Amino acid sequence: MAKELISKIPEGPLAEKWANHKAHIRVVTPGNKRKLDIIVVGTGLGGASAAASLGELGYNVKIFCISDSPRRAHSIAAQGGINAAKNYQNDNDSVYKLFYETIKGGDYRSREANVYRLAEVSNNIIDQCVAQGVPFAREYGGLLANRSFGGATVSRTFYARGQTGQQLLLGAYAALNRQIQAGTVKSYPRHEMLDVVLVNGEAKGIIARNLVTGEIERFGAHAVVIATGGYGNTYFLSTNAMNSNGSAAWQCYKKGACFANPCFAQIHPTCIPVHGEQQCKLTLMSESLRNDGRIWVPKSLEDVEKLRKHEIKPSDIAEENRDYYLERRYPAFGNLVPRDVASRAAKERCDAGYGVNETGLAVFLDFKTAIDRLGEDKIRERYGNLFQMYEKITSTNPYKEPMMIYPAIHYTMGGIWVDYNLQTTIPGLYAIGEANFSDHGGNRLGASALMQGLADGYFVLPYTIGDYLAGHFKDPKVDVSSVEFDEAEAAVKEKIDRLFNIQGKRTVDSIHKELGHIMWEYVGMARNEEGLKTAITKIDELEKEFWANVYVPGSNFEFNQELEKALRLADFFGIGRLMAYDALNRKESCGGHFRVESQTEDGETKRDDENYMYVAAWEYQGEGVEPLLHKEPLVYENIKIATRNYKD
Amino acid sequence: MDFKLKIWRQKNAKAKGHFETYEIHDIEEDASFLEMLDILNEQLIAEGIDPVAVDKGCKNSGPVSFDHDCREGICGACSLYIDGRAHGPDDEVTTCQLFMRKFKDGATITVEPWRSAGFPIIKDLVVDRGAYDKILQAGGYISVRTGGVPDANCIPVAKEKSDESMDAAACIGCGACAATCKNGSAMLFVAARVSSLALLPQGQVEAARRAKAMVAKMDELGFGACTNTRACEMECPKHITVNHIARLNREYLCAKLKD
Repeated sequence: MAKELISKIPEGPLAEKWANHKAHIRVVTPGNKRKLDIIVVGTGLGGASAAASLGELGYNVKIFCISDSPRRAHSIAAQGGINAAKNYQNDNDSVYKLFYETIKGGDYRSREANVYRLAEVSNNIIDQCVAQGVPFAREYGGLLANRSFGGATVSRTFYARGQTGQQLLLGAYAALNRQIQAGTVKSYPRHEMLDVVLVNGEAKGIIARNLVTGEIERFGAHAVVIATGGYGNTYFLSTNAMNSNGSAAWQCYKKGACFANPCFAQIHPTCIPVHGEQQCKLTLMSESLRNDGRIWVPKSLEDVEKLRKHEIKPSDIAEENRDYYLERRYPAFGNLVPRDVASRAAKERCDAGYGVNETGLAVFLDFKTAIDRLGEDKIRERYGNLFQMYEKITSTNPYKEPMMIYPAIHYTMGGIWVDYNLQTTIPGLYAIGEANFSDHGGNRLGASALMQGLADGYFVLPYTIGDYLAGHFKDPKVDVSSVEFDEAEAAVKEKIDRLFNIQGKRTVDSIHKELGHIMWEYVGMARNEEGLKTAITKIDELEKEFWANVYVPGSNFEFNQELEKALRLADFFGIGRLMAYDALNRKESCGGHFRVESQTEDGETKRDDENYMYVAAWEYQGEGVEPLLHKEPLVYENIKIATRNYKD
Repeated sequence: MDFKLKIWRQKNAKAKGHFETYEIHDIEEDASFLEMLDILNEQLIAEGIDPVAVDKGCKNSGPVSFDHDCREGICGACSLYIDGRAHGPDDEVTTCQLFMRKFKDGATITVEPWRSAGFPIIKDLVVDRGAYDKILQAGGYISVRTGGVPDANCIPVAKEKSDESMDAAACIGCGACAATCKNGSAMLFVAARVSSLALLPQGQVEAARRAKAMVAKMDELGFGACTNTRACEMECPKHITVNHIARLNREYLCAKLKD
C-alpha cells in the first residue's frame, strides 16, 4: 500500500505557524501522562533532551543506548558550537536571518516552516543550557561570547572551547539523570534496538538485544522515538564514532517508514588526512578553526613536489607563492564558505595535482596570519585543545607549521521522513535529531546539528507527541506477549542464527571496508550516472558475498562485538544502495550532492529547481525490489529562491 | 613495528581470567593503540577461520573485547591499563589517542582492564562503569526543568570562574582516576562535577545537597577514600587537577556543618 506524505505544515504566516500549531494541538492531562509509556532509542542530544523533557512532563520513559552510559553518544564529539539567533553581538542577527541562512546553506531543499521553527526555538536552547550549568565561553564582563561559522554573515555561534557537544550533552545527560533518579525514566544502557514492533500499523514497541548477555528482549510503549543519529558509517571511514550506525532507522524503513533524501551526506572539509590502510576512523578538526585559519596550497607544482619529498617546509613557501584558493574563488565569504563548497574546492585543487602530502590528498590550514595578529596565547585560548589533539595525532606542532586537512564524511542530512510533528509515516513512531531529514536540506551549516538535536528534544517533540498520545491515553499497557512481538522477535533471532551459520572466510570489517571504498568512489564527493549504477551492482554483489562468506566468531549468548558489527553491516548495504538510488534519481547538483552532469562553467553546483524542488521520500517494497519514490514538493512562500552565491 | 602483546582474557564476569600472549607484526608507527588492537583482532579471527591453523591445534580465545567508540579522546569509552598505566605510556591522552610510536619496536606490552572494586569486569578488557552514572544520578545536576528559565545573559558569570568550571567539566567519565587510585577512590570524578557546578551561580543553590548526595552514593558503591596521593591527577586524560578535590572537600564540610 502506497503511503501518502502529509507534512502537516500549519496554515498562516511563517512567523506564527509554530505558535498557532501549539495552540491547536491536543494535550494529555497530567494524570493521564502517568499512564503512558514512551520508548526513546538513542541518548545523544536529541534522545537525552527528549527523554528528560518527557520524563519531567510525567510520562513513563524508557531509554536505550548501545554504549555503557548515555553520556557516550556521539553528540559528545561535536567540537565547534551551537547556533542561536540571540543577536548578543548586535550584528543585526534575527530569527529570520538564521532561518534564511539555514535554508540558503541547505541549497533550498529544506522545509520553510521547520527551519523557521528551528531558528525560533534556538534562543530557548541557549537559555536552557545556561540554566543547566553548561560552561559556555564568556567575555570579561561575564556575558556570553560568540564566534563565526561557515555560511553565516553574523557571529552567532555559542561554544565551550572545542568541546561544545560534550558540554551540551552533559547538560542533557544531567537532566536525564535527574529524571532517572526521580523514577520517570528508566535507562537501558548496552541495549541495541534490532526491530520496531507495529500493532495494527502503529508503533508499539521494540525488540532489543542486551549486549552483555545476548538476550533478546521485548519492550512495549504507546509511542517510540528514534534518536539514533545518522548513517555516515556506511562509508566505513568517517568522522562518526565506531559504533554509530543506521540500523534502527533502517528497521523503521523496512517496517514502512519513508526514508527521505538519503543521498544528502555531508563531507566535512577539515579532517586529518588518511594515513594508511590500517586506519578505521577519521578525526575532525572543528570548523571553528576556519575563523582564524587560512586554507591554501602552493601556486606552483614544483613547490608541491618539494613538499612531498620533504625538501622544504610549508613555512618556507613565500606568501606570494601561496594560493589561498577559497579567498580567491569566494571573496565574500573567503575561508568561511559552507562545508560542501569548501570540500569540493579542496578536491578540485588536489585533483589538479596540488595536494601537499605524499598521498596528494591534503591541503594546508594555516594560522600564521592569526598568530601574527593576535599572538599565540589568544589562539591557544580559542583552540588549545584542538591544536593539542592535532599534535598528538600527527606529531606536528600547528603553532609552527600549518595543519594538513582533507574532506571526510561527517553527517547525513537525509534520514527518516517526518511531518511537522516529527512523526514518521508510521503513527506513533517519531524521529528526531540527525535521524530525521527535516531541517538541513542538501547541506547542513556548521553548529546547526547541536541546535537541531536540542530543538527537537527539548522544545518540539515534547509538545507534538502529546497530540498523538492524547488519542491513546485510554489504551492499556502494551502487551508484549502478542503475536506481533512474537513475530518480530522470531525474525531477529533467525537473522542472528543465519549470521552464525554462514561460517565463511571473511571478517566483518574486511567487507565493511570494501563497501566503504565503493561508497567513497561512486557515491562520494562527485557522482555521475554510470558510477552510481556501478555502485548499485557492486553493493548487490558485496551483499551476496557477505551473506555467503562472512565469519562471525563466538555465540549469541555473550558479549560479542563481532556480532554487533555484523548486524549493523547487514543494514549498511541497504542504506548504501538507497543512497545510490536517490543520487541517481536526483539529476541535479545541490548542497553536498554533486552530480558531475549538472555543474556551472566554473564547477559550482547547478540546481534544477523546476524538476527537483522536492523531498525524495522512499518507501520500502521488499527485498530485491526497487523502492517506491514519493515526492513532497517544497514550497517557498517567504524566501526568494536564488543561486547560492558566496562570491560577492 | 613488531610487538608481543600480553592481554587479559576473561570470558565473562564470573569466569576466571588469564593472560594470553600474541605476536603482531608490521604495525605502522602512526597507528593508534586501538587500531593495533583492531589488527590483532582481524588476525585472531583469521586464525579461527583458517582450517590449517585449527588442525594444528591453534586455539585462541577469539577476538579481544574492548570498549571504544569516538576514537578521538572525548567519549570516554576506552579504558585500558597498559604497561601499568591507565591509558598507557603518554600524558593527557585516552587510549585511542595513544600512538604506537610511543613504544619501542619489539616491545612486550601488557594490557589489562580497569581493576577497581567499583568497575566489575564484563568480558576481557570491558568493565561496567555504571557506578559513575549512579553517582551522577544521585545529584550531579542543577534541578531545572525544560522551559521557564531566564534569558542566558541574565546570569553573568566571571570569566575566570566560568573557565575554571569548564576545566572541571572536561571530565569524560572514563574511570582512569578510580582505576589508578590505590584506594579505588572516585574522588576526582565526583569532585569534577561538584566543582564545575559549584563555581557557577546557577549551581550554588543546590551545592550543599549535591556534594552530600554524590559523596554518599560514591561511598555506598564501594569506592575507596582519598588519601591525597594525586595519582588520579597524573593519569587523568583531561588534566583535571586535585584542586577540585579540595573544593569538593570544602563544599562537603560546609554542607555537613550546616546539618
